[in-house]
Amino acid sequence: MQSLPQMSWNRSHLLGLEDLGRDEITAILDLAEHFTQDTHERRSKRTNLAGKVVVNLFFEPSTRTRMSFSLAARRLGADVLDFSPSGSSTSKGESFIDTAKNIEAMGIDLVVVRHSATGAPHLLAQHLCAGVINAGDGAHEHPTQGLLDIFTIRQKRGRLEGLTVGLVGDIAHSRVARSNIHGLTKFGAKVIVCGPPTLVPRGIEELGVEVSHNLDAVLPRCDVINMLRIQFERQRNGLFPSIAEYARLFGMDSNRLKKARPDLLLLAPGPINRGVEITPEVADGPHSAILTQVTNGLAVRMAVLYLLCGQPGM
Amino acid sequence: MNIICITNGRIVDPSQNVDRVADLWIRGEQIVGIGPQPGLVASRTIDAAGMIVCPGLIDMHVHLREPGREEDETIATGSAAAIAGGITSIACMPNTDPPIDHQAAAEFVYLQAERAGSANVFPVGCVTMGRKGAELAEIGGLVEGGAVAFSDADVPVVSAEIMRRALEYCRMFDRPVLSHAEDLELTRGGIMHEGLESMRLGLRGMPAAAEEVAVHRDIELARLTGAQLHLLHLSTAEGVELVRRAKERGVRVSAATCPQYCFLTDRSLRSFDSNFKLNPPLRTEADVRAIINGLRDGTIDVLASDHSPHAPEKKLRELDQAPFGIVGLETLLPISVAALVAPGHLSWPQLIEKLTVQPGRILGIERGTLAAGADADVTIIDPTVEWTINVNAFASKSRNSPFHNRRVRGRAHAVIVGGEVKTPQF
Repeated sequence: MQSLPQMSWNRSHLLGLEDLGRDEITAILDLAEHFTQDTHERRSKRTNLAGKVVVNLFFEPSTRTRMSFSLAARRLGADVLDFSPSGSSTSKGESFIDTAKNIEAMGIDLVVVRHSATGAPHLLAQHLCAGVINAGDGAHEHPTQGLLDIFTIRQKRGRLEGLTVGLVGDIAHSRVARSNIHGLTKFGAKVIVCGPPTLVPRGIEELGVEVSHNLDAVLPRCDVINMLRIQFERQRNGLFPSIAEYARLFGMDSNRLKKARPDLLLLAPGPINRGVEITPEVADGPHSAILTQVTNGLAVRMAVLYLLCGQPGM
Repeated sequence: MNIICITNGRIVDPSQNVDRVADLWIRGEQIVGIGPQPGLVASRTIDAAGMIVCPGLIDMHVHLREPGREEDETIATGSAAAIAGGITSIACMPNTDPPIDHQAAAEFVYLQAERAGSANVFPVGCVTMGRKGAELAEIGGLVEGGAVAFSDADVPVVSAEIMRRALEYCRMFDRPVLSHAEDLELTRGGIMHEGLESMRLGLRGMPAAAEEVAVHRDIELARLTGAQLHLLHLSTAEGVELVRRAKERGVRVSAATCPQYCFLTDRSLRSFDSNFKLNPPLRTEADVRAIINGLRDGTIDVLASDHSPHAPEKKLRELDQAPFGIVGLETLLPISVAALVAPGHLSWPQLIEKLTVQPGRILGIERGTLAAGADADVTIIDPTVEWTINVNAFASKSRNSPFHNRRVRGRAHAVIVGGEVKTPQF
């Protein structure tokens, strides 16, 4: 079996892309590359995480991220526990930290946590001995989503430097936007955030991005467009007049797509609100890499799990 | 009768413009005077060489939680925390359960404070029934019960009309209205100051404008009514400027801030420590500079702690679920010294003025002075002693302080309340 390269890695947690160096991100992406090349036969044999226990601690609903982490851990030979707050002791009033400490007492190695509160994974990292992977905290960061977006761009374009990437839609409430910005700018990509002023936080230029409120104006300049979902669950009311007006100004349909470069790469972190951010024919059309992102997500998460607790000598 | 002589201390009494080394004489429950008192023989002498002897410190913004949330604090533990912090008088906010919105509730505070027998406790009464903002509380009855000021505590009076009537009505009793200046619509769901840091952390922000529009409204209402308005915990540069201009125009307005707003900024939230989650939120460097300037030029009259105890299980939560606020009675003095005196922003007399005569004047409680005949409330401060703040040694029931393990300088050496020496137990 093809052996994995030994990577230099010193972290026990993955909390966000803001803290990671370019080399660290590259290490993850390169390793993920190996995992995408796994044949069917080979991937049933990996045992790098044999004997390790990974727990999914999801305090917010998730389908794809949670399944992706579960499958990634299993493919590396780990045991996987799933936790969801309904039907658990948190519904009896147990605090978040107590819940995590109790689960840790069962002898676990890694916690994959999603939470509606910014900083919840950081709080766990302070209170647990296990490694912590942030699978999305509030509107702060979603590092593995950022990594898989960046991985997909690198895969499809062969580079990151010099590319122009448009993040479109609800920037204010998007953890995917923040992780993308931190990751992409480290590699010299130009990031344009585009949405109505009510959904673009003031001062975001400080993160090294360009701000636009006119999608038609910036679309022709973009190599990549990442269509962010409107976070209906995280918003207040009244941030835009109607879904119809939003779709007209910031949605992607085949008509608007004519203004884009012929080789535009279209990403969406999902789940998408079909007909709002992206019309179905565009989501399923030739520019879209939405399903490739999902496939790549698995490889990226295997890489992260491997680096945090699967390398020999750990 | 008990006669105490505090000898050789540096007596700092801004109410009389005194700053000199002298003896301070106390007889029974009253101050006799500063300097030699021929004919008096001390029954007890306290050597205060190298110390500052000042009027007993007053903290006019304290949450004591009793009745209703005794797991966080009681009147007894809160007033013991005051003594430990060198504070002889506190004004406690009415956001208890039930709230202090009727005479008996105010009298209960006096009763519990007397049972505790440590610091003087002055209740603040509600402006509106149940702090709901709909109708005025029985302010006359509360005055009767000993309420010294009126406030809906940690919520503003949302209706400008009710606030106007409250100011007018309190004027009849010559009592101030203490305003928590916040536009709740602008801050709904907010966790921290809205700015670059909240953008970075993806946390919902509370814009500075939420304080500014509320400060402006209340100042205009004070101008309209001629009533006495006091703004609690200013945190924004524009808020300070609005107060400065109002004072120039002769509006009866005073303002306070807390030591935490004099040096901490929204950057602190990068630690995700809920002990930096405050309301008003920690702001920016520019706001901190403006707050310091406001203290220096007298725009901000008072330093207060906004002592907000929360039991650990409540505060050790995810940021969006943890309650706002920190305890402050036991850190008000050393943190003020660290933030304001040590860097040279305020002199000791200026600091002491904002902790004694000013809050005493605003509350109308005739304390905060060493004038002959005044109640013998005295704080003796060791200005040079270095020590480490340890939340586990707090007399308060709660531990929610961001200053744990901080090395500080200056501490109350002894306090005297009504002629009775209550040396803090460290």
